Amino acid sequence: MLMTGNMAAAWGARLGRADYIPAYPITPQTEIIETIAKWVRLGEMDAKLVQMESEHSMLTAAGAASLAGARVFTATSSQGLLYALEMLYNISGWRAPMMLINVARALAAPITLEPDHNDVLAARDTGFLQFHAETCQEVLDLILLAYRVAEDSSVLLPAIVNLDGFYLSFTREKVTLPSEQDVSTFLPDYNPPNPFRANMPVSKGATVLNGALYSYFKYHMHTSSIRALSVFEEAALQFERIFGRSYSPVEPYMMDDAEFVIVISNSFSTIAKQAVRRLRERGFPAGLLKLRMLRPFPSSLVARYLSARRGVAVFDQNISLGSGGIIYPEVVASLYHRRNRPQLLLPVIGGLGGKQITVEEMEKIFEAIKNEIGAESPDPIFLMRQEELETTKNMVRTAKEVQI
Amino acid sequence: MPLLNPKPFESDTRADWCPGCGDFGVLAALKDALQKSGRQPHEVVVVSGIGCSSNLPGYIRTYGFHGLHGRPVPVAVGIKNANPKLLVIATAGDGDEYGIGFNHVVHAARRNDDIKLIVMNNEIYGLTTGQLSPTSKLGQKTKTSPDGSIIYPLKPLPTILGAGGTFIARTFSGDPKHMSWVIQEAIKHRGFALVDAISPCVTWHNIYDEVKKLFYRLEDRGYKPDDENEAYKAMNAQDGIPIGIFYRREDKQSFQERLAEINGGRWAADNVKSLGSEIAQSLVQEML
Ligand SMILES: Cc1ncc(C[n+]2csc(CCOP(=O)(O)OP(=O)(O)O)c2C)c(N)n1
Ligand code: SF4
Ligand SMILES: [Mg+2]
Repeated sequence: MLMTGNMAAAWGARLGRADYIPAYPITPQTEIIETIAKWVRLGEMDAKLVQMESEHSMLTAAGAASLAGARVFTATSSQGLLYALEMLYNISGWRAPMMLINVARALAAPITLEPDHNDVLAARDTGFLQFHAETCQEVLDLILLAYRVAEDSSVLLPAIVNLDGFYLSFTREKVTLPSEQDVSTFLPDYNPPNPFRANMPVSKGATVLNGALYSYFKYHMHTSSIRALSVFEEAALQFERIFGRSYSPVEPYMMDDAEFVIVISNSFSTIAKQAVRRLRERGFPAGLLKLRMLRPFPSSLVARYLSARRGVAVFDQNISLGSGGIIYPEVVASLYHRRNRPQLLLPVIGGLGGKQITVEEMEKIFEAIKNEIGAESPDPIFLMRQEELETTKNMVRTAKEVQI
Repeated sequence: MPLLNPKPFESDTRADWCPGCGDFGVLAALKDALQKSGRQPHEVVVVSGIGCSSNLPGYIRTYGFHGLHGRPVPVAVGIKNANPKLLVIATAGDGDEYGIGFNHVVHAARRNDDIKLIVMNNEIYGLTTGQLSPTSKLGQKTKTSPDGSIIYPLKPLPTILGAGGTFIARTFSGDPKHMSWVIQEAIKHRGFALVDAISPCVTWHNIYDEVKKLFYRLEDRGYKPDDENEAYKAMNAQDGIPIGIFYRREDKQSFQERLAEINGGRWAADNVKSLGSEIAQSLVQEML
């Protein structure tokens, strides 16, 4: 079936049998909740969709409903995610598994609609597991997998599945829809450990006011998050047996004999893969490692795949202002203690605010890796094509003339 | 002082609202009201949130600020507290001001902040293409309430009256003269003014004809906006859609007046020197 990334996300809620969907519209996410609203109305989905007055209340209600025993699904984007950020830390601390779809969109100011990953990566430290999708099929499949992992009694943490606004949210691709029956085999009904139900009075959201106790809880959450990696791998094996599609926390692409590798995530992976293929045709040993799971960070897998390569570029579609890309230091940290770590780890920042990236630019990154090997401290690359720079300068110039 | 420019608030940016959108009426009325109030563009700041309505500051020649969804009021308050000489007007949508950011409106009313809030109320989320808003009616079909809304709409006017609001009015973009008059009165008001501007969204929820049939001017019926209980009654009228000033009192100091008593009338912006044009030039050069 042909469908957009947003539709695939809605199918994730439907096939995942979500009970409760608190909602609040925001571009480019809105199609997800509107689709679900329509299905609920037509009786095709047995769930309650309730529009709230903000993302903050939406997430609060979502986490609380999960504690009360519902399977919860919601979706937001950009400013909405940031507005709800306070609740993300709470929901993970409540140990309330639930699904939050983030349709990536760059943050204001300046105001824009197109994607980069500063929104979803602002949630990096919240305790939400994070999965990033490249294709519409992956959106749907990762939702089912993420529910399974989040609800696992050894994990019990909420999850985010990220898809890029516009590039994926509004792009139609072929998606294979699994049968309801197969999905219920893979993802049984949610059986919460201590729901708010009769004759089991429990209190949640405790105050500790005690550093040691606080540290204990945080450490417990941390180890549960790390455990999610092996729980995911196990679930993925069963997923493959049932649905025939295989998923690992990181996805190697033409990596067998690759000497120069790009580390990347989300929709621009598709363009980078194209560059890898073209370079291979010219005999250039390029490879790609796609990060599918961002939290927990799959450090050991990253290290295993990147060790002994000559040079690696880390492509960050985000920027921590005053430092650089957010993923870059995580990759560096994964490799530091490896004796045969690559000679070069090149930081690359691109695609901010959805800025388009061409295959040629991706190829240039590989050339840069090769050229920079041996450099003392390689200059970070900030992608901008000459013609883009010219147009931008012209716009700034025009603005100046209008003003004066 | 007579204005040299006959239309000082006219901007050369064309508004890109849908043809027939009520927001055009609000923009025209605001420009007219500002001119009639004798203000100059540099004495006025128009701030907004996010929504179709919130694009307004881009279409008027004053200082402008396009902020975040729901936050025009704190933006306006911040500007006013830094430089109370400015006339600060917030223009935003019903989603912005009666939903995600309504708490700010309540508190600005309570403090009697000297800002003017014009809510372009279309009972729908326009920019995100047609979802339920806090003022959507029971039974209203929207994309997130395809069966019809089952939520009672908010009554913002009595709520703000209860919060201590000192100027509470409603007007309609189908009655441009009235709208300009209400905004002029809001500008004259001492403190916080809420103007609920019925501004139909012709694309997602067209209530033009309905409002046109039902609205009447309070002034035409000899209504006096000086009694709180009468104001509640008028706001809850069942015999149509009253427009006009429901409630107004000028005996309450604004927050900024009270603040001035404490700080001796000194304000942060008193120390601001204008940028010389050479500095401005070199800054722009640097950015190029
Ligand atoms: C925190 C946050 N959540 C959601 C949005 C998406 N959003 C933009 S405008 C809007 C509502 C618009 O409705 P309204 O305020 O009534 O203005 P209108 O477009 O109708 O004039 C929403 C939900 C946003 N920009 N920021
Ligand atoms: S969508 Fe509605 S509110 Fe927005 S510009 Fe069009 S008519 Fe106006
Ligand atoms: Mg509206």
